[in-house]
Amino acid sequence: MPELADVCNLATEKLFAVFSENMGPRQYIELAKAIGKEIKNGIDGIVIGHGTDTMHHTAGALAFMIQNPPVPIVLVGSQRSSDRPSSDAALNLIHATTAAATSDIAEVMVCMFGPTSDEYGLLHRGTRVRKMHSSYRSTFRTIGDIPLAMIERDRITPLTDAYNRRRTDREVKITPFFEERVAMVYYYPNMQPDIIDSLVDNGYRGIVIAGTGLGHVNKPVYPAIERATKKGVAIYMTVQTLWGYVHMFVYDTGRDLMARGIVPAENMLPEVAYVKLGWALGQTDDLDEVRRIMLTPIASEITEREPYNGYLIYQGGVPEVEAFLKKVHK
Amino acid sequence: MVTIRVKVLQDSLVQSSILSYLLRRFGYERCKLFEGDRKHSLETNYEISKQRVGYKPRRDTLPSDYSALGFKCGLEIHQQLMTERKLFCRCPAGLYNDKTDYDAEVVRHMRPTLSELGEYDGTALMEFRTRKTIVYRLKNRTACTYEVDDTPPFKIDRQALEIALRIALMLKTNIVGELHITRKQYLDGSIPTGFQRTGIIGIEGEIPLSNRKVRIIQISLEEDSCREVSDIGHMRTYITDRLGMPLIETVTYPDMTTPDEAAEAGYYLRYLARSSGQVRSGIGAARQDVNVSITGGTRIEIKGVAHIAWIPELTHNEAFRQKALLEIAEQLNLNLDVARWKLIHKNVPPRLLSGFYSMMPDLPASHRLIAVNLPGFKNILSFFTQPRRVFADELSDRLKVIACLEKPNILVSEHCRDELVLSETDLDSLRELLKSRDNDAQVLIWGHEDDIPTAIETIDERCRMAFEGVPNETRKGLPDGTTIFERVLPGADRMYPDTDSAPIPIEDDLIEKLQQDLPPEICDRFEQLREWDVPEDTYEYLLSKNLVPVIERISGECGLTPRFVGCFLGHTLKRLEGCKPWTPGFSYSKIYGLARFVADLGLDNAILKEMLPVVYEHPNIVFDSVLTTIGYSKISREQILSHVPILRQKFNDVCTSKNPNACTDWIMGNLRKMALGNICLAELRAAIDKGVDGD
Repeated sequence: MPELADVCNLATEKLFAVFSENMGPRQYIELAKAIGKEIKNGIDGIVIGHGTDTMHHTAGALAFMIQNPPVPIVLVGSQRSSDRPSSDAALNLIHATTAAATSDIAEVMVCMFGPTSDEYGLLHRGTRVRKMHSSYRSTFRTIGDIPLAMIERDRITPLTDAYNRRRTDREVKITPFFEERVAMVYYYPNMQPDIIDSLVDNGYRGIVIAGTGLGHVNKPVYPAIERATKKGVAIYMTVQTLWGYVHMFVYDTGRDLMARGIVPAENMLPEVAYVKLGWALGQTDDLDEVRRIMLTPIASEITEREPYNGYLIYQGGVPEVEAFLKKVHK
Repeated sequence: MVTIRVKVLQDSLVQSSILSYLLRRFGYERCKLFEGDRKHSLETNYEISKQRVGYKPRRDTLPSDYSALGFKCGLEIHQQLMTERKLFCRCPAGLYNDKTDYDAEVVRHMRPTLSELGEYDGTALMEFRTRKTIVYRLKNRTACTYEVDDTPPFKIDRQALEIALRIALMLKTNIVGELHITRKQYLDGSIPTGFQRTGIIGIEGEIPLSNRKVRIIQISLEEDSCREVSDIGHMRTYITDRLGMPLIETVTYPDMTTPDEAAEAGYYLRYLARSSGQVRSGIGAARQDVNVSITGGTRIEIKGVAHIAWIPELTHNEAFRQKALLEIAEQLNLNLDVARWKLIHKNVPPRLLSGFYSMMPDLPASHRLIAVNLPGFKNILSFFTQPRRVFADELSDRLKVIACLEKPNILVSEHCRDELVLSETDLDSLRELLKSRDNDAQVLIWGHEDDIPTAIETIDERCRMAFEGVPNETRKGLPDGTTIFERVLPGADRMYPDTDSAPIPIEDDLIEKLQQDLPPEICDRFEQLREWDVPEDTYEYLLSKNLVPVIERISGECGLTPRFVGCFLGHTLKRLEGCKPWTPGFSYSKIYGLARFVADLGLDNAILKEMLPVVYEHPNIVFDSVLTTIGYSKISREQILSHVPILRQKFNDVCTSKNPNACTDWIMGNLRKMALGNICLAELRAAIDKGVDGD
């Protein structure tokens, strides 16, 4: 891609050749270490080409393993294969390299299409982004917040000023740890306790539940949960709705579950809570310390407040949303 | 044309010649004579009824008059707390947007819900009848998903909790062991959830007034409501910036027996909150609800009184309004039986009323004009209720609030204020239409056909209430000391537990920690100021701004007397504030720094009064430059005094005054600028005087 030469001096390194579903803890660790090395060597920004399916898992893992990076770290992919003339790959790559080379935002980010048109890309924070459509070009969405910036070929427009700024120092902390015996359970009606029991019996140390509504599971599962937490398994509650906070004080169900040792994980996305729990348990066996790590925001995986319009604004690409934006209902 | 007529009629006695000209010119010949007569007789009814009520202006009313009325008053004081964040979410507190500056609007409708006792709340039903669309304006900076009721509450703000506990301790209340958040229903839409989250922090306390103790029922920590932008017809608009900010509500027993006592208690509670140093000040940061009743009357809540200084006039007038309503009830029950009383209403055919249509020529086709006959209500509509207000206003206010008929919304058959009065030709037609009898009163209302049934209901309801005396309601205080109807008073059932929040334990350790660091009591602060000999006219200012600690610090560390610092703040600074608000960057520490600077240089403290305006305007200026700005230069006492003989000579050459002090005054005037900071002005005057004696 000749355009990239106008953006920056590019050095490339191939780490893995895998489908993104085959990415996992070992790859996260290797990637984090490689990035740490490049930062120490003085690189100005990093672009990671990645399959889109689990890009948000990797983004989350990197956001925890590479703490306080001084430069932008941008994951990018494409939703249409690069063999077709209309692929989004090139524009995404231009946007991503522009972001890595010139943006002031020193965080782990995902850079993909904003709308489905070849118009602009969005920079999403690594811990707040999720693939939301199986095929659409603008599949990535920031959840529970607004994206960090809008990016065009020649321009980056920040949408917020709450982000870490680029620095010239090379201070970065790499924490390449991951406990692999962590599972995520997506609750469904009539889920049976043996699902939890089997995880416990197989030696799993942490479970992230994606519960319904404000963070609920059915009553039959209660004893299994109680048994698990008594055995020292860390269980965290997230919400299937993706948007919004876990609020376990509202219904008896939530209170009962907390009494059995489940910890509400604020507004962490389920996938992000999963990688964070693996990362936390990789560092310590002390469950109080795990809890402290889990509930301390490290890379905006927990935010203090959700903008009332986080769901609608700045995501772009959907006609009725665009129309709404134009009017702002004034 | 009509406006002129109305205007002139107000002054008709003195301007009768202009009046007859105008009336001839515009063809109101017949009306002229009658209006004159009617005005005369019915204005008298206002006056007669006012006398019957025994109304006196407040300045002429004695405490014994209030006790004869059975005046009782209690306060609910709302005070915003100085926290970084809102109470139940993490949005910033204390940021205000312009009411027209917002990112989006959200629309909601409120429906009444059954209470746990299976009843509907009266206010809720009233609000539902108004069929309002509520619009909320949102600004991303100041509102999140909690404000629009799209997420349950987050953990309570600890800072707010601690400030509230501290003030609860200062009020000597018993602190609860666990804070239980409850929901208080508000169907006016001022809170998007339809309820306010509130929790009692302490119960049963007291404050000392000059001649009695006032008991405190409770103090609660609660979230603030939205600010209203407009309320027109069926649409009410709010802005959400203030929504959710933490405030405390302090409720007293109805222990105050005169309007002045009510204000005294109000001031005391305000000073007490301010002395914590952790509450907000400024417009809207403190608001009072005032409860008033008299013997035979009802507890009436006057909501949202912005200034404590308004309380005496508002409570005074409310007491007499209740008295007036009791007199009206007595009068009505004399001749009428409420069980058989029935109003009659009729659609007014088009073109029946020439006077009305000359006033309102553009009544839309969807609007109806309705005539109502109120049997036996003669002389009631023009019955005095408050200064410049009559019973007809009670109807008009409710029509505005409940039936959403914008004012003017009523014309009546009796003379009261000109804008309320039916023209005589119209009145004749209406009486004929309604087949009215002599003792009846008539009103004419108009509005959208959908609102008319509610409007008629509202009139019927209010008239029936008149037989009973004083209806339960909340009223809004106006700056002129009168009140208007706001809402039906809510019942006690509108409180129920907030199921979204867990009870919050209040640990003994925390109470003990807070207890150790309470500011001195306000009554002690008064005493302190008196001891310092600080002039009394500064007390209100100094206490409301919590400046006693500032006086202590400046006087203690800069070698000034507390009296001087008290005047410096309570006179000099206050005067500056009266001219212009604080420049950003100005603070009490700047004043401290200035005093310190003057003390360190050994300058006379009078110069502070010259320097302060400069620092007030330019807070970041170097103090040395302030001296240059005001033209100070260091001159010795001797040098200054050396000018005295020459000036004296000069004065004697031009003097014509017989005032014995004229010479000293004139010399002081000439030397003041030079002397300021270098020599104490009193000392200089004494030296000049001494010189005079010596001559």
